[in-house]
Amino acid sequence: MKALKTLTNGLLNENPTFRLVLGTCPTLAVTTSAINGIGMGLATTAVLIGSNVVISLTRKIIPDKVRIPAFITIIAGFVTIVQFLLQAYLPALNDALGIYIPLIVVNCIILARAEMFASKNPVGLSAIDGLGMGLGFTMALTIIGSFRELLGNGTLFGVTITANLFDPAIIMILPPGGFLAFGITMGLLNKFTSKKVTKTGCQACELRKSGACAGSGEVGA
Amino acid sequence: MMENIIVLMISAILVENFVLVQFLGICPFLGVSKKLSTAVGMSAAVVFVMTIASAATWLVNEYLLAPYGLEYLQTIAFILVIAALVQLVETVMKKLMPSLYKALGIYLPLITTNCAVLGVALMNMERKYSLLNSVIYSFGAGLGFTLALVLFSGVRERIEHNDIPESLKGLPITLIAAALVSVAFFGFRGLFS
Repeated sequence: MKALKTLTNGLLNENPTFRLVLGTCPTLAVTTSAINGIGMGLATTAVLIGSNVVISLTRKIIPDKVRIPAFITIIAGFVTIVQFLLQAYLPALNDALGIYIPLIVVNCIILARAEMFASKNPVGLSAIDGLGMGLGFTMALTIIGSFRELLGNGTLFGVTITANLFDPAIIMILPPGGFLAFGITMGLLNKFTSKKVTKTGCQACELRKSGACAGSGEVGA
Repeated sequence: MMENIIVLMISAILVENFVLVQFLGICPFLGVSKKLSTAVGMSAAVVFVMTIASAATWLVNEYLLAPYGLEYLQTIAFILVIAALVQLVETVMKKLMPSLYKALGIYLPLITTNCAVLGVALMNMERKYSLLNSVIYSFGAGLGFTLALVLFSGVRERIEHNDIPESLKGLPITLIAAALVSVAFFGFRGLFS
């Protein structure tokens, strides 16, 4: 029961992209097509599960004072593994995602889950949390990716959809379209759900107290 | 030589603007661009760390990783170098330049997980820049980050006082405004052929 709740938590209530607004860089950068969104999401999910499991296993060994560097090293290890696997088995996806694969290391979602969940919970539950959060992230990237691909290129997962309906607006798959698509999707979610997202992610990120999360909101305010 | 430096700088600041074109460092961009003063403080810290970090990571790669064929460890090595460097800069600054530390201190710990810093280090490697070019490109990238943050803090101060639909208030309207600023930067793409 608790496992199920942990799993759906990442998908809906605390969706990392739409609710917590973490990991905005890859969300905007790689969602030029639905496939890229899924690829990035799944790569991040793999890292999340791996790092959550290892951090949960070592949570009683790692001294509190050096936990952030230790977490980052564990995460970087998993990112390197994922990078190798992609290079070997999915070279096309690896080229499309480029520099954003190694940058998974500094994705706030992973460090946030390590700090908030894996370092306090048993292994099984941490793995499920990683899976749920990862899938929530994947889902969000796929939604934004589909939106941008459909409007910007007239295709969905590479299949032409809007052949004669309208001319694709190229701007949607260029950088400005990333901001626009993310903003509008979030606005629509606000409109049709009760909870409001008005704060930036790192303000929601509890890591701000330990100073581990970039740009944590109200610094110096 | 001089021409090369200028081209590299301008492309880093405008054409390949880290925030608005390459989506690196979006988190601080959305987080601290609310007020001009915090935007400037954060940017100054980023420029500082980015420039030093690019030199340090270049040296680590050239003399520690490359001779032993360990380039595949770049991600791990670089993030550790950056984390250690940020810590070092903080300690040294606190001791030697207390006034600067007072101004930038609170932003320093946040920079470790700023993807623009790791991003520029990895990009320098990918493009095989020399040490000098790496430093110049990183400095330019930092200035580009500053430009985006400062420009956008002005835009945001105006948005605050506008009448916007309830569901777009806060982050959504900020992102949509960022899209418009990004369109403007997109115009620089034709600057170099």
